[in-house]
Amino acid sequence: MQSLGLEVLFKGKNFARLLGGLWTALQISLISIAVSMVLGTLLGILVGRKNGIGRVLMRCYLEFIHIMPQMVLLFIVFFGTAKAFGWNLSGELSSIIVFSLWGTAEMSDLVRGAVTSVPAIQYESAMALGLSRPQVFRFVILPQALRRLIPQSINLITRMIKTTSLVLMIGVVEILKVGQQIIEANRKSSPNAAFGVYLTIFLLYFLLCWPVSLLARRLEKRWG
Amino acid sequence: MDWEYVAKILPLYGKAAVLTVRIGVLGIIFAMLVGLLCSVVRHMKIPVLKQLASVYIELSRNTPLLVQLFFIYYGLPKIGIKTDPETCGVVGLAFLGGSYMAEAFRSGLEAVGKIQHESALSLGLTVLQTFRYVILPQAFAISIPGITANVIFLLKETSVFSAISLMDLMFTAKDQIGLYYKTTECLVLLVVFYLLILLPVSLLGSLLERRVRYAEFGA
Repeated sequence: MQSLGLEVLFKGKNFARLLGGLWTALQISLISIAVSMVLGTLLGILVGRKNGIGRVLMRCYLEFIHIMPQMVLLFIVFFGTAKAFGWNLSGELSSIIVFSLWGTAEMSDLVRGAVTSVPAIQYESAMALGLSRPQVFRFVILPQALRRLIPQSINLITRMIKTTSLVLMIGVVEILKVGQQIIEANRKSSPNAAFGVYLTIFLLYFLLCWPVSLLARRLEKRWG
Repeated sequence: MDWEYVAKILPLYGKAAVLTVRIGVLGIIFAMLVGLLCSVVRHMKIPVLKQLASVYIELSRNTPLLVQLFFIYYGLPKIGIKTDPETCGVVGLAFLGGSYMAEAFRSGLEAVGKIQHESALSLGLTVLQTFRYVILPQAFAISIPGITANVIFLLKETSVFSAISLMDLMFTAKDQIGLYYKTTECLVLLVVFYLLILLPVSLLGSLLERRVRYAEFGA
C-alpha cells in the first residue's frame, strides 16, 4: 500500500499549524464580511435613489467590481498602489481592502434586489391603509425583504470565505502556504505529503463552508 | 505609460488571453455537460447516481477553486494520476462549474409546470420524448440567466490558474511586473484584456436573456 502522506499531519504541530493558517484566512474574510454587510446595506438602499452623478459613479464602481476577477483587484491594490502612490500595504491589509470593496458591491446588489422584489402593490396598499413612509418601510417592506436577503447574504459569506484562499497569491501565509511549507519540510521523509495535506485542506474548507450553506438553504426553503 | 513597452508586451498578453479563453471555454463546456448530467440524474431520481451527484455538488460548491486545483495538480500525482497544467485547469473548472451549472439547470427544470409533463404523457409521448422535446427546451430557456451568470463567474475564476503555472493573463502580468517593474503598464493591460474578454460575454448574456423569454407559460 502506497503511503497517502497523511502521516505528516500528526508530526509535531503540523495539524495545528494548518488550522492556524485557516484562521488567518478566516480572519481576513470575517473582517471583510463585517465591513461589506454594513457598507453594502447602506449602498444598496442609497443606490436605488435617483440622484444624477453619484448614481452614475456608483454604477461604474459596481460594474467594474463585478466584472473584474478578484485576483486582478488584489494585484491592483497590492502592486498598483505601491507603484502609483508609494504605499507599502501588507498582503493582509490589501486583501481586506479588496474583499471589502468586492463584498460591498455584491451585498448592495442583494439589498437592492431584495427591496425591489417586494411588489409595488405592497407599498400602495400600506399607504392606502394610512401608514406613514417610515411605518411602511418598517412594518411592510423590511420583513418581506429580509426573508429574501438573509439566505442570500449567508451565501455571500461562504463565497467570501472561499475567495480568501486567493490571498496566497500576494504572499499572505494562509492555509495553502502553510501546507506548502509542511510539504517542503517533509520532502524526504514523506514524499507523498502533497496528497494528504491538500486533501486535508480541501476537507477543512468543506467542513467550514458546508454547514453555512446548509443553513442558507434551510432558511431559503422556510421563507421561500 | 511607456507605450513602447506596451507595444512590446502586447503579443505576450494576446497569447495569454487566447490561452485564458481556450481553457475557459473548454472548462465551461465540460461544466455544462457535468451539470446537465447531474441535474437530469437528480430530476429523474435515479437511485445511487442521485446521491453521488448530491455529494459531488456539495463538495464542489463548498471548496475554493484554488484548493481544488492544488489537490488535482499537486496531490493527485502522488497516487499516480498525473495531469499537465492545461488539462488540470480544464478539469478543475469543470469540477467547480459542474455543480453551479447543475443548480442553474435544476431551477429551470423545477420551474417547468407539472401540467406540461402530464399533458405530454397523456398525448402519448414516452418519458424520454417528454423530457427531450417538452421539458428540456423550456427548462433551458428559464435557466439562461443562471447559466450566463455562471459563465461569467467561471471565466473570472480562470484567473487562479496562474497558481499552477499556466501562462494565463494573471501569470503574464505577474511575470512582467517581476521582470521589468513596469507595474502600471502591466496592470492597465491586465484590466483591458479582462474587460475585452468579459464585457462582450456580459452584454451578450443580457441580450440573450431578453430573447429567450418565451418559456413562461404553463408554469
